[in-house]
Amino acid sequence: MTDNLQLNSEGKLKHFLSIEGLQKSLLTEILDVAESFVGIGDHQIKKVPLLRGKTIVNLFFENSTRTRTTFELAAKRLSADVLSMSISTSSTSKGESLLDTIRNLEAMFVDMFVVRHAISGAAHFIAQQTAPHISVINAGDGQHAHPTQAMLDMFTIRQIKKDFSNLRVAIIGDILHSRVARSQIQALNTLGAAEVRVIAPKTLLPAHVESLGVNVSHNLTAGLKDIDVIIMLRLQKERMSSALLPSESEYFKCFGLTEDKLKIAKPDAIVMHPGPINRGVEIDSKVADGPQSVILKQVSNGIAIRMAIMAMTMQKQGVM
Amino acid sequence: MLEIQDLLNRLEAKLKHIIVERQLTNPLMIGIRTGGVWIAEQMHQRLNINEPLGLLDISFYRDDFSQIGVNPNVKPSQLPPHIEGRDIILIDDVFYTGRTIRAALNEIFDYGRPNQVVLAVLIERDGRQIPLCPDCVGASITLNADQRIKLTGPEPLAIHLQTIDAAA
Repeated sequence: MTDNLQLNSEGKLKHFLSIEGLQKSLLTEILDVAESFVGIGDHQIKKVPLLRGKTIVNLFFENSTRTRTTFELAAKRLSADVLSMSISTSSTSKGESLLDTIRNLEAMFVDMFVVRHAISGAAHFIAQQTAPHISVINAGDGQHAHPTQAMLDMFTIRQIKKDFSNLRVAIIGDILHSRVARSQIQALNTLGAAEVRVIAPKTLLPAHVESLGVNVSHNLTAGLKDIDVIIMLRLQKERMSSALLPSESEYFKCFGLTEDKLKIAKPDAIVMHPGPINRGVEIDSKVADGPQSVILKQVSNGIAIRMAIMAMTMQKQGVM
Repeated sequence: MLEIQDLLNRLEAKLKHIIVERQLTNPLMIGIRTGGVWIAEQMHQRLNINEPLGLLDISFYRDDFSQIGVNPNVKPSQLPPHIEGRDIILIDDVFYTGRTIRAALNEIFDYGRPNQVVLAVLIERDGRQIPLCPDCVGASITLNADQRIKLTGPEPLAIHLQTIDAAA
């Protein structure tokens, strides 16, 4: 499973599966192209004709509202035809294999799959198996990667902070189970952030997390010092039952972001969250809705960044 | 033959004429990136237009996307939000096949329905592939199939005639 799978023979983006293996120049190009899509929402006609006549299928084997909706809107703003399928309620429940589902959709002349799946590597697998003219975008696979979320976060950070080289970024919460965090860490390091710091209880950090290129803190108060960008992660409720944490209120007391704790970071620090947020669990409502929060900006930017990635993967490929 | 100041002077005179003839009221001037913007900046100044120059990047409207892909240098277009009912002067450097103008018109109409659009180009050359033609030109010329006009700028603005390698 090589990440070169993502690039065609000319080094251009063919699939978008993971941040890993992508050069800084390519990530920057994605951010630049996305920049030019931002204003389209303000036009009278909220569309450009780039992908007119292309068919995009959103294959969501796992639930999602925000990601699926923004992918759908992004495809529509590029003038593609888009079909969203929630597979858990579809053929697979009748026993059809993943590959058979893919083959059937290919037979309907699809040009792109956007895949979310609970199993790590699912999007890679589909990219390897699918017909050569089809592009695959990973919309989240297991605990592995969520690269479009990471890119929209990078876009939001760049929009506000302009440059990565002086930035200290803290990622706070359940790093262990978070595909978002993994992709963010890779993107921030590739783009040259001064420091990526992860702040979490030991039970929610993967072993040897330092090897990802991060500094580690187990204390929110100490960890927030000098931070420019705070990224909160959602605490999934099921983590409580698996004995990784004593209780929600205990977690909030130690790792929840409150107005007081936010004051420890730099005064112009921004607060981000990939959503959906658990108010009062990882973040206080006053912070989530406060002036330093850019959470809704992230959602808007998700459309532009997904447009950029879709357009770039669909451009002419080496074949023909 | 291709003296830039002469061409700009001629284009300016023709624009002044057409503004009266077509009764362009409070026209919005739009330049097509990149060369067209340089020409438009000159005309914008010479014609004393108050409203800021509109900038159009047609990358997302090109008809050869499936062949050449996304232009990594694409920049956002900057047009006023209300184009509805406006008189527009659209400016490009070279009019050749007409495809750029087709794309530009499509993009402009996605911002709204203008009252009228006037097309002004510094140089019109032969080789049209679409039934469109400019309203104002600095000069019309005929070139060999392997010849191209290239504009460099913005400071100094200069025109070059290039011969392209047929094998490329």
